[in-house]
Amino acid sequence: MTESVTAPESVTAPALEMRGITKRYPGVVANDGIDLEVRPGEIHALLGENGAGKSTLMNILYGLATPDSGEILLDGTSARINGPSDAIAQGISMVHQHFMLVPVLTVAENILLGAETMANPIFIDRAEAHRRIVALGQRFGFEIDPDVKVGSLSVGWQQRVEILKALYRQARILVLDEPTAVLTPQETKEIFAVLRRLADEGHSIIFISHKLYEVLEIADRITVIRRGKVVGSRIPAETNEDDLAALMVGRNVQLVVDRGVSHPGEPTLVISDLRVADDRGHEAVNAVSFDVRAGEILGVAGVAGNGQEELVEALTGLRRPASGTVTLAGHDVTGSGPRLLQQRGMSFVPGDRHRYGLVLSFPIADNLVLTQYDEAPYTRGIFRNDQAIAEWAKRAIAEYDIRTPSASVPASSLSGGNQQKVIVAREFSRKLSALVLDQPTRGLDVGSIEFIHKQVIAKRDEGAAILLVSAELDEVLELSDRIAVMYRGEIVALVDGPTAEREEIGLLMAAGRRSIPPVETAAPAGRTAGPSS
Amino acid sequence: MKVLRDVWALAAVPVVSIFLALLLGSLLIIASSLATEKAINLLLPLVAYESLLQGATGLSFIDVKGGAISFALSINPDQAGRALTNTFAAASPLVLTGLAVGVGFKAGLFNIGGTGQVLVGGFVAGLVGGMVAQQPVPIAVTIAILAGALGGAIYGFIPGALKAFTGAHEVVSTIMLNSLASFVIVGLVNDVFKITGPTFARTADVGNAAMPIVFGRNGNLGIFIVLALVALTYVLIYRTPLGFEIRTVGANPSAARYAGMSPRKLIVLTMTLCGMFAGLAGTFEILGLGYYPAVFGTTIGFGGITVALLGRAHPAGILLAGLLLGAMRAGAPAMQITAKIPIEIIDVIQGLILLFLAAESVIRHLIRSRAETVTPGELGTVSRTYGETTV
Repeated sequence: MTESVTAPESVTAPALEMRGITKRYPGVVANDGIDLEVRPGEIHALLGENGAGKSTLMNILYGLATPDSGEILLDGTSARINGPSDAIAQGISMVHQHFMLVPVLTVAENILLGAETMANPIFIDRAEAHRRIVALGQRFGFEIDPDVKVGSLSVGWQQRVEILKALYRQARILVLDEPTAVLTPQETKEIFAVLRRLADEGHSIIFISHKLYEVLEIADRITVIRRGKVVGSRIPAETNEDDLAALMVGRNVQLVVDRGVSHPGEPTLVISDLRVADDRGHEAVNAVSFDVRAGEILGVAGVAGNGQEELVEALTGLRRPASGTVTLAGHDVTGSGPRLLQQRGMSFVPGDRHRYGLVLSFPIADNLVLTQYDEAPYTRGIFRNDQAIAEWAKRAIAEYDIRTPSASVPASSLSGGNQQKVIVAREFSRKLSALVLDQPTRGLDVGSIEFIHKQVIAKRDEGAAILLVSAELDEVLELSDRIAVMYRGEIVALVDGPTAEREEIGLLMAAGRRSIPPVETAAPAGRTAGPSS
Repeated sequence: MKVLRDVWALAAVPVVSIFLALLLGSLLIIASSLATEKAINLLLPLVAYESLLQGATGLSFIDVKGGAISFALSINPDQAGRALTNTFAAASPLVLTGLAVGVGFKAGLFNIGGTGQVLVGGFVAGLVGGMVAQQPVPIAVTIAILAGALGGAIYGFIPGALKAFTGAHEVVSTIMLNSLASFVIVGLVNDVFKITGPTFARTADVGNAAMPIVFGRNGNLGIFIVLALVALTYVLIYRTPLGFEIRTVGANPSAARYAGMSPRKLIVLTMTLCGMFAGLAGTFEILGLGYYPAVFGTTIGFGGITVALLGRAHPAGILLAGLLLGAMRAGAPAMQITAKIPIEIIDVIQGLILLFLAAESVIRHLIRSRAETVTPGELGTVSRTYGETTV
């Protein structure tokens, strides 16, 4: 049933109207007669599971796809959008979920790409461009160096560059795809303030998010899409998280898994005095010590770029630590490579599933044995055992609810949630004593998150020592028995999970201490480390 | 049905490329008739391609009698045997250099050092063959072949190790190694290993190490070894864990590292294997010839790039592509005699095939075939930027 909220005293034409948008791909109707109306100065949330058709709709708006039928109206007049540059010229800007940045170019060069500020017909006015970028950044609370190469920035900062890029193009309609996925609660609030200010100035914002409470907080209106159709429209005052989740998924969803009681045993993963350098040789992890016990989930909270990536890479053998020791189940594994760690019982769900977790061009079956391909029964003698691989793939697809037409389609054809389920199936099914989870549900829909969280709890109850690193504070709060907060390469606090306060952790993440001093001074003096275990 | 569709998804672009290259080639042939016959002969391409086919397979499909052309399929068994032997003999080194490039593609490497590896393999085989010339045939042949394979392998190992341990891009290092090999070997043959007697500089006779002729005039043992290697390569790449590692490193080196594989080891290993294939190509050429001449110039190294791209880096595809190019080489002399067309037209057509293959997206647009159904790879490897590091 489609409901709509009647617009109060709607005199002016909507900034954007999409009418009856239909888009078919072979075998699937991605958009099935979608109507969307966004008013000037409105923050309009678009809610839906992965594969519901949000991205297709936004690609149509951005000129990346042509609808089979339907029309787009900008300010009440019919518009044709022939590609992204045309969209930008008409005031539509998009911040993509997978960043469209050139890693070898600097922040300024990325922002200027396609929107060059010219000093004369030949040369770019770099000075003016830099001034404008810095000013824009300051206005919205990012202190960004325009000369830094984007490739050396963390995912969190790359997101900010994307937002700056859209703002630099003076977008009237701004599409933000999961903009807060990598931000702290404080930063999210700041972004929200920015978005609100933009909206007050008359900009229209389409906000795509899976985080229901955020949508409720920021949006003026919410449109929910399921399987290519608009299934409902709500205003935040008249709905709640359970209602939205049910609308999105089409059934009632358990938003917070029942974590039960944990029974921690002996320390399985012991890290002491670990120091790790980043790609540029700067110390990213600074003398970190902690342990993860069997049957316990230790959550690491922190803003992206505070050393978590390097910590995880050092623990999983992708990066050599500078000093310190790591012991796994009584064995010193400091500096061991991934193969040896896997043999010692370490499983790892990497944060960047496209880069590390999957070979996108390979069939799902091959991806399901990516870390076990050389073990029995998948290898027999010197040959692959394709039959055993196929049998396991069939079982994994059923057990882990991987939605796919078959095990032989490439991993790239799956939605993000199902791709992640492939990795989880592979890593959780091994014989393991320690499990490192890096951003295990980044960008996933509520249904997939619920499923993966349940699996994590099940592994904990089987006695695995689990290290959970997540930029999603809610995820850390929901699952962790203990929470370590990382700030500038150090663990500034280690607190009990079930009793942790969201605000307190948020402050520790943002400032490395439990309170914000009245005046920020330039000197970093007086940074107090939180109590460590 | 599904299998057919999958094969077509892979083969569509190569098949269309060949067709377009022959079509464009026929325009050139018509143009050449202006020079040779002083008149535009629109039928010349048909005659030329027919004589090409006949020279390569013994198959004839037209009958020309006094300007009138009638279609009639016929086969001359005597000629067919000789023609097919020639085709296989010309194809076998191309299949090997095709594997030398294609297996590299699987690991994300663009080995254009085929030329150098062919020269080193051939040179070592020629030298060692000369040393064991008096041994019994089985021993002499085996030693000479193994020596040539080892020579090529070492010459592939060098750029592999340079890439793995210093990050030197294999395209740059193999180009330099090609020059190095050709100049150093010419120098060595002229000044060190030259034998007295012949009017030109060459190494000693390989004697009993010469490739045994198994059938026809020049159907040597190498042809069977090549067929076996194609099958073995298929098994290695698609049926063993090692092949899985090679393909993983090629498709996603980061994921390979995450999975506990060693991209460095695999790069060195794959380049060594590629070098071995190319080295064997040179080995069979030289052991077929009987000695190593200082002027041994060869295009089979670069021909391997066309073969690998045309065969989509798949062993079966490489075999077919090698046979096609081999057939062109084998049939060209007949074409030159019958149609009075310079033999070089074959190189032009081969170049055109490569050009159309490189314009893959244009071809796909032309035949409205969607690219999503095939795994990207070969051309991605060719065009991969130098900024990326694999290790």
